[in-house]
Amino acid sequence: MSLPEDILMLVRGDTRSDQVVPPSEFTARLTVFAAAAMGFLAVFALALTLAADRLADSWGDGLARTSTVRISAPAAQMPALQATALSILETTAGVEAVRALNAEDQQALLEPWFGAGLDLTTLPLPGLIEITEATSGFDAQGLQLRLEAEVPGAVLDDHNQWRAPLVASAQRLRSVGWFSALLLGLTAAAMVTLAANASLAANAQVIRVLRLVGATDRYIAQAFIRRFTLRVLLGAFGGAAVAMVFVRVLPPAADMAGFLSGIGFEGAEWLLPAIIPLLMAAVAFLATRYAAHRALREIA
Amino acid sequence: MIELENVAYSYGGGALLSDVSVSLGAGSFHFLTGPSGAGKTTLLKLCYGALTPASGRVTAFGEDMSSLERDGIALLRRRIGVVHQDCQFLDHLNVSENILLPLAAAGRQTSDAAEDLQELMAWVGLGHREGALPPELSGGERQRAALARAVIMSPDVVLADEPTGNVDWEMSQRLLHLLVELNRMGKTVLIATHDLSLIRAAKAQVQARVLRIANGQLQLAGADL
Repeated sequence: MSLPEDILMLVRGDTRSDQVVPPSEFTARLTVFAAAAMGFLAVFALALTLAADRLADSWGDGLARTSTVRISAPAAQMPALQATALSILETTAGVEAVRALNAEDQQALLEPWFGAGLDLTTLPLPGLIEITEATSGFDAQGLQLRLEAEVPGAVLDDHNQWRAPLVASAQRLRSVGWFSALLLGLTAAAMVTLAANASLAANAQVIRVLRLVGATDRYIAQAFIRRFTLRVLLGAFGGAAVAMVFVRVLPPAADMAGFLSGIGFEGAEWLLPAIIPLLMAAVAFLATRYAAHRALREIA
Repeated sequence: MIELENVAYSYGGGALLSDVSVSLGAGSFHFLTGPSGAGKTTLLKLCYGALTPASGRVTAFGEDMSSLERDGIALLRRRIGVVHQDCQFLDHLNVSENILLPLAAAGRQTSDAAEDLQELMAWVGLGHREGALPPELSGGERQRAALARAVIMSPDVVLADEPTGNVDWEMSQRLLHLLVELNRMGKTVLIATHDLSLIRAAKAQVQARVLRIANGQLQLAGADL
């Protein structure tokens, strides 16, 4: 019996076939509840994965190809040292652009920690020069040696040193998200297989009667497959809908500027959770189909 | 129609049937008798493919049952109506739905069979019990409902396993009469029973062969009753 034919029968439906298995309220409620819980968790796993994805992109692309030169010196010497550093950087191969951060830039950088209206003159702040690398990149070690020789107190801060582990962490977080989604799928399959097996065992007499009257394995299996697929679809749809409401009411990333507040969907991503109930229903269909045909072989 | 050739069947390590050969021809009427546990039900199950013989061959409508897959046997069963002693209903469905079950399983529209169902229910005397659930029926009503379900597909063969086992004499006569009527319509009928009075009562109504199972062997107990 082919998979496409089984799918066609599932979609077409057969009320008579649906009725031959006696209703079991308790099992039905448990299956719907478990599917709802997994649908709920799957939406959050998806949101986490997408957030990690965005974070990895942001850390990967946003900070790629940038470095900073930090100059620690008395305020009186700072303009001269900055000018020397800028001229060195402008003549360094592989440097695309350089920009010395002014007082307003530094104010903006410190504002999240110290608040607005900070008087920068009261703080011994280093001079900062932002470097944008050309695609070819520059010789960081050679540049550092030149800066040390000509600009005392200058340190080349290569972002790659601290960006790489952050990007790796974000990528791992993304993998955890996908792994969680996979685990949820496998758990859904296991749950449906167990529930279907229990239902098939409890209805062994029904199966014997159906065989007695000339029912084929496909007819008998469909009665179980449709039932479990629809229950899981219903439960997962409800769970996913509730999870989407929860995700929607989470504070937006812009308000909190933190990773956790960034968990959610953006734009067309809001359509993705709709796939979860369909995927779970597909898992339930395949799991019940497998369990039903195995049980029918055993009962034979 | 159905033929058993040198069939043997073992159960629990012992031979229940050995070297059994019998042929159920079109339109014939057979009784299968013997003591309890002799293998009457087993022989019936071999006839409709619910059991597979240890050796020998069972042929139904020209097809060797051992060569058929489960679905092949299911299709074959649509031509064989079976009445069990315990009836085997789906208790959550009402009498009508149980009787229509073979049609539904065959993928036929049960709504098209409404008229046939009415006639059938009237024929077995259950016209007033359509909506009742099986547990609400008396023993005789259950047997008649089982007979109605067995013939709804208009099968060529009707196999009945102790159909009068749980009913009084009057009801057993009524059931026998229905089975004889089916035979007059051209159906092959095989009744497994240990009730010899039923066989004697059939004498006046139909020409039947009586087969007796004893010690795993099938013997002709009396021809042309």
